[in-house]
Amino acid sequence: MNNIPLEACLAVSTIMFFAGVYGFLSRKNMLMVLVSLELMLNAADLNFVVFNRYLFPNQMEGMFFTLFAVAIAAAETAVAIAIIINIYRNVKSVYIDENITTMKN
Amino acid sequence: MSYTLLIIALPALMFLILGLLGNKMKPVVAGVLGTLSLAVITVVAYITGYEYFFGGVGKAGGEAFQSIIPLNFEWLRFTEHLHIDLGIMLDPISVLMLVVITTVSLMVHIYSLGYMKGEKGFQRYYAFLSLFSFSMLGLVVATNIFQMYIFWELVGVSSYSLISFYYTKPSAVAASKKAFIVTRFADLFFLIGILIVSFYSETFDFATLTNPDAPFVGTALGASFMGISALSWALMFIFIGGAGKSAMMPFHIWLPDAMEGPTPASALIHAATMVVAGVFLVARLFPIYFFGTPEVLTIIGYIGAITAAYAAMVACAQTDIKRVLAFSTISQIAYMITAMGVSGYGGHDGLGYMASLFHLFTHAFFKALLFLGAGAIIHAVHSNEMKDMGGLKKYMPIARWTFLIACLAIAGIFPFSGFFSKDEIMVAAFHHDKVIFTILYIVAGLTAFYMFRLYYRIFHYENDKHYHHAPHDAGATMSIPLIILAIFSIFSGFVPFSELITADRLPFEAHIDIPIASASIAVALVGIGIATVMYRKKTNMADKFIAMFPWLYKGAANRFYFDEMWLFVTRKIIFNCISRPIAWFDRHIVDAFMDSLAHVTNAASDKIKGLQSGHIQQYALVYLVGALLFVAAFALCVVCFICK
Repeated sequence: MNNIPLEACLAVSTIMFFAGVYGFLSRKNMLMVLVSLELMLNAADLNFVVFNRYLFPNQMEGMFFTLFAVAIAAAETAVAIAIIINIYRNVKSVYIDENITTMKN
Repeated sequence: MSYTLLIIALPALMFLILGLLGNKMKPVVAGVLGTLSLAVITVVAYITGYEYFFGGVGKAGGEAFQSIIPLNFEWLRFTEHLHIDLGIMLDPISVLMLVVITTVSLMVHIYSLGYMKGEKGFQRYYAFLSLFSFSMLGLVVATNIFQMYIFWELVGVSSYSLISFYYTKPSAVAASKKAFIVTRFADLFFLIGILIVSFYSETFDFATLTNPDAPFVGTALGASFMGISALSWALMFIFIGGAGKSAMMPFHIWLPDAMEGPTPASALIHAATMVVAGVFLVARLFPIYFFGTPEVLTIIGYIGAITAAYAAMVACAQTDIKRVLAFSTISQIAYMITAMGVSGYGGHDGLGYMASLFHLFTHAFFKALLFLGAGAIIHAVHSNEMKDMGGLKKYMPIARWTFLIACLAIAGIFPFSGFFSKDEIMVAAFHHDKVIFTILYIVAGLTAFYMFRLYYRIFHYENDKHYHHAPHDAGATMSIPLIILAIFSIFSGFVPFSELITADRLPFEAHIDIPIASASIAVALVGIGIATVMYRKKTNMADKFIAMFPWLYKGAANRFYFDEMWLFVTRKIIFNCISRPIAWFDRHIVDAFMDSLAHVTNAASDKIKGLQSGHIQQYALVYLVGALLFVAAFALCVVCFICK
């Protein structure tokens, strides 16, 4: 595993992050938006792990931070999905478009 | 004397009741309510008159009549000196006016019960009659010139409302607008006059304004503008206001058109009371006119004389009976104005002043009688035109005899009331100015001629004229006022006016000047004689006479083109040269500036409103692009730093 260069790992996380950005901007389905959000979050987590591994191999702060981030992301996803389900119950749609304007203004 | 407040308060209250609740009550109830309240204030006014003139109240302080102010409170205070009060002032002329106004108004109220029966808006009519009575009475008892001005405008408004009573008729609406605009235009000068006078005197109070020894007279006479003293300007402007209401030349054009209103309202407002407001105004300020600016008084005299002659000539050629009466009103009021113009001040010199108010007093009764009689005739034959009448004497005896009495009174035949008052005017004019006397003398003949032309055309002329429905005298509510007013028209000349109402408020001995009196009776008889020959029977003499002077007849029938002159001045000159440019400036500069502000704001917000779309993904994109730009800029800076 040591022969994987740092740049390769960073390239993966960059691709993941921008894939997430693209999905966040272009998808209309709220679930897909949520997935894209997770993708960006995980790209950041990956950066934590990679930098921890390559720069400070004897310390574990990066790893633990990632663990916290994953836990919080799980909770956040649960909340987001709960919101999406409630929206669906009310307007029978999970698409981000003109149907959902109740909370505007 | 504080009970006189009732005279003002009751009609105001009645206006509110009838105006607000009128539609909830039956028409008869509203009419009777209005009439009863007026009967009450008539009684109060008579008591006031008796107490003031004969009960010793007016002469409490000596020989001369005093001004009594039973009630006065401050309404608006501008500066230490300048404040507007509202109150009641009783002096000989205001008490006289109270009696005249309430009497005529009561007669008109009773008469209208019959005349207006079944009209749509009966309650509204009575409400406006009450408003008119209130404002006219408030005008005459005003303690200061500004209160007078307030009520002066209120009188104009109620006149406007009553002229346009039949507001579905375009001609009535046009007439009411004309009356309002013309009088309002004249009132503008009145206001300017008030402001000039009060600028110098620092008060609106009549007590100061009618005192020729007050210090402001000297300063206002000293200050001059365009070679004429400020006081002359002010008093001239105030008189223009009076000329507007009193239909003097050249503001007379509204009065004939005002006949579009209901006939009883015309009798009250446009014959007996409101139109003499100008005379009252000059009488109120007479000492200051006489001692301050005698030249203005001379102008007033000449304006009056010219108007009298003009209106009398026009009256001879009119065919609408109400218009004949309207021009006769203008002519008779011009007599009163002229009498003011030729009057002196103390003792027998003040004959013109006394004669003017005497004529106001008698004229109110016989002119109201003429109008109410004309109303009865119009009611019976359903037309205003002379050609639809004739031979009515056998159908309408009451109207005929009362009308004849009024005609004799206005023509100045002894012993009817008009004789006494007109004779005093003639005497005053004779001693003051022979030119004015000559004009008035000829007009007296013309008056007799056109009144009897009217009388004969209505009651004789075509004696065998056929009517679809035989006309008959109206009911008691309409006939009783006619009879009462006829009694007043006969006997009101015997009131000893020279002991009651004089310029210096001291009684003097007035006696009938036999040569002048017989001369004026002679000219009146000549006028009546010519009218009898021409119009008693249907002959072609009148047509022959017209054929002899076609231009004169045509001019008189068209009122000497005064209306056209005004239309030319307003439509062609004022509208085109002043109003249109101003309207253009308003629309294309003032309005356009404001509009363009709105347009710019609107267009700008239209362009930028896309920023606030509410689309989360759009926001995220903008955020991302921004972040990338920052990164790029930062990277550029780093590169530059390293290279350096």
